[in-house]
Amino acid sequence: MANLIKSTRGLDIAISGAADKVLHSYVLSDVVAIVPDHYHAITPKMLVKEGDVVKAGTPVFYNKAVESMKFVSPVSGKVLAVNRGERRKILSITIERDKETVYETFKTASFDTLKGEDVKAALLAAGLWLYIKQRPYDVIANPEIAPKAIFISAFDSAPLAPSSEFVLSKQMDDFQKGLDALAKLTTGKVHLGVRNVTKLYEGLKNVEINHYQGPHPIGNVGVQINKINPVNKGEVVWTIHAHDVLFIGRLFNKGIVDLKRKVALTGPEVNSPAYYETITGCQIDKLILGKVTSNVTHRYICGNVLTGSKVAGKNYLDPYSTQITVIKEGNDVHELFGWAMPRFNKFSTSGTYFTGIMQKVFGVKHFDFDARIMGGKRAIIMSGEYDKVLPMDILPEFLIKAMIAGNIDKMEALGAYEIAPEDVALCEFVCTSKLPLQQIVRDSLDLMRKELE
Amino acid sequence: MKALKNLVDKVKPHFEKGGKLEKFHSVFDGFETFLFVPNTTSKRGTHIHDAIDSKRTMIMVIIALIPALIFGMYNVGYQHYLALGQQVSFWDTFIFGALAVLPLIVVSYGVGLGIEFIVAQIKGHEIQEGFLVSGFLIPLIVPIDTPLWMVAVATAFAVIFAKEVFGGTGMNIFNIALITRAFLFFAYPTYMSGDTVWVRTSDTFGLGAGKVVDAYSGATPLGQVATSATTDVQLVNIIKEPISFIDGFIGLIPGSVGETSTLAILIGAALLLITRIASWKTMFSVFAGGALMALVFNTWGPDTAAAHFPWYSHLVFGGFAFGAVFMATDPVTSARTETGKWIYGALIGAMAIIIRVLNPGYPEGMMLAILLLNIFAPLIDYYVVESNIKRRLKRAKTN
Repeated sequence: MANLIKSTRGLDIAISGAADKVLHSYVLSDVVAIVPDHYHAITPKMLVKEGDVVKAGTPVFYNKAVESMKFVSPVSGKVLAVNRGERRKILSITIERDKETVYETFKTASFDTLKGEDVKAALLAAGLWLYIKQRPYDVIANPEIAPKAIFISAFDSAPLAPSSEFVLSKQMDDFQKGLDALAKLTTGKVHLGVRNVTKLYEGLKNVEINHYQGPHPIGNVGVQINKINPVNKGEVVWTIHAHDVLFIGRLFNKGIVDLKRKVALTGPEVNSPAYYETITGCQIDKLILGKVTSNVTHRYICGNVLTGSKVAGKNYLDPYSTQITVIKEGNDVHELFGWAMPRFNKFSTSGTYFTGIMQKVFGVKHFDFDARIMGGKRAIIMSGEYDKVLPMDILPEFLIKAMIAGNIDKMEALGAYEIAPEDVALCEFVCTSKLPLQQIVRDSLDLMRKELE
Repeated sequence: MKALKNLVDKVKPHFEKGGKLEKFHSVFDGFETFLFVPNTTSKRGTHIHDAIDSKRTMIMVIIALIPALIFGMYNVGYQHYLALGQQVSFWDTFIFGALAVLPLIVVSYGVGLGIEFIVAQIKGHEIQEGFLVSGFLIPLIVPIDTPLWMVAVATAFAVIFAKEVFGGTGMNIFNIALITRAFLFFAYPTYMSGDTVWVRTSDTFGLGAGKVVDAYSGATPLGQVATSATTDVQLVNIIKEPISFIDGFIGLIPGSVGETSTLAILIGAALLLITRIASWKTMFSVFAGGALMALVFNTWGPDTAAAHFPWYSHLVFGGFAFGAVFMATDPVTSARTETGKWIYGALIGAMAIIIRVLNPGYPEGMMLAILLLNIFAPLIDYYVVESNIKRRLKRAKTN
């Protein structure tokens, strides 16, 4: 096998509720919303107002910093409201959808003759640019700076993540076209990270395929970049989620912005976890109601249990989420002397619980999880915990300490350009001191970007 | 449990902001989280967490220390009755030792936790569990006859000046328990070394009164090695009967309360390694470094008893094993990089033997070796981190 990269560092969390490979019919709420806060570090400038009629693909707002970067409506219909909060901050734009979706058409010249600039302009205008992110800083890519390579991870190793093979199958035409378009954007390579040996990816053109083996976070694109072509100071790499490549493919195949995606409804509190076809901006309740267990307080998560965001039923599916996870909230649980009890049903990477024995001797596959932090916040006490779950050539503890101290030179020297919050999610999971590492990394990357750009 | 929860909920409002007992918020919080796992849920970031927390971590270390404590208690009684030449039952022996050791534990915890509670309240943060371990270590590493007021003063000194001024658990540079011992060692040397402090010859709460036998001498094995006139020393117990390596391994010899039994210490070590709380790299390299250094002295060393003390005996007698298992592996004061742990451990082992052999003043070198390497741990880490940085810079240049 060509380019097999193995890693032993990482962790597969034993949580139940992976989606069965069953696709349920199209689900969509009557009201769909676009939420600017879903796009990190963007200042929206409105292009529509209440009562306007929009099509799927009509720009709704643009990014103040890069005017050509449009954000479009995922459906056709009427703008119900532009909800604003304090200091007129735009909270959401709600759209009442039509029964039949009408698409804005994007005409381009013959695809083969398109140059990188044309592809870029088309993606910016069609509101698909937001799916392309960049390292350093893990933000929406700056279209002005050419990347040295583009990385796509074709598998998600996060807990209960949807299977990319299942999602992409039957859509390989769109996927290939998306890859072709991305290949025009860089003079370097387009890298596709693949885990399983499947026939699905055979014969793909315009990409270099790398195989990976190991526990989560091997599927994180950041880890794959670190293994193949690490980001150095002054360099930029673009990344895009494999499922989002489909949107780009559809744009160039059909000339429309079609944001339909298969979302996996997962988690221990979902009755029968499966895939649902829906659209970005769909109300969460529409996807969840009637499909979850009763009698417990639930936590809905857009995304996976490590990196996702907590949402309420009234909120809307964010554009990057490929799964929704439902777990117990757990705030009504009061365990007496939990620190001293055996707690056989708890999962821990440390040897202070019986996780290993339960898994290896008794064959237990799933443990009991809820949203409790399970301890108090402390200074960093244990050493070497983070290294075990971050398979990158980075010393996470020292990087985190530089970040807490706000020492930008140190962050730069210790590899902050290569890291994204999602890469330290497992470190945050295992942390004995319960530190909010993803938040620390996010804030520090924002600080670096502000100071250095 | 329900009743307990109700009680906690009932008194809770008094301790919250605006309540009449707001001053004791940290103390209340400490007790509440001691009773119940906090039900705080994550707001941002990962939604699920590993079930380990710092309370669980600390309690595991304490459990690992229990064999050494139990054995230490028995040994205190054993040495006492041996010195008196009396034959008593197992339980009488143990109870004598337990009664002798308990006041040390009470004083150490009382003083240390008291300061910890006050500081937590002043700073307004949660009570940190670090001292649960330090407070347990202190009684185990002092001679049984250390006056309680000295333990109190030394503990207070260590907690305030070696820990709280640095910012509390996780921020200290030196191991707290060792600072306590070092303070005692330098402030009250007559109570911490010599031939008279290691065995309790007086009674404990009226128990075990009597006169010592004529052959009695309270020197520890390492004390005998240090003062030996010949290079080939025959170790003896406190009534001048010869003892062997096995006696040292099992631990019925004079010494600090918890340090004598390598066997009990190794049981604790096994637990620390199984739970992965202590780093096996540090632990292993301390023993390896010590053995290697002792071998070097055995082969090329000066003509003294300490230099010719067999390398395996060096690891078993004195505080070497206790320091290697429970002190060197303290994650906060140890090197924190994986490469650094090898270097740190090996240097502790080597340095402890060097002090034992080459320093005429101190028969035991483990305490000073660990404290010395506590200072150097950040330097070791610095070079490991620097090499990572250099690798990254080099990569940037070659591209």
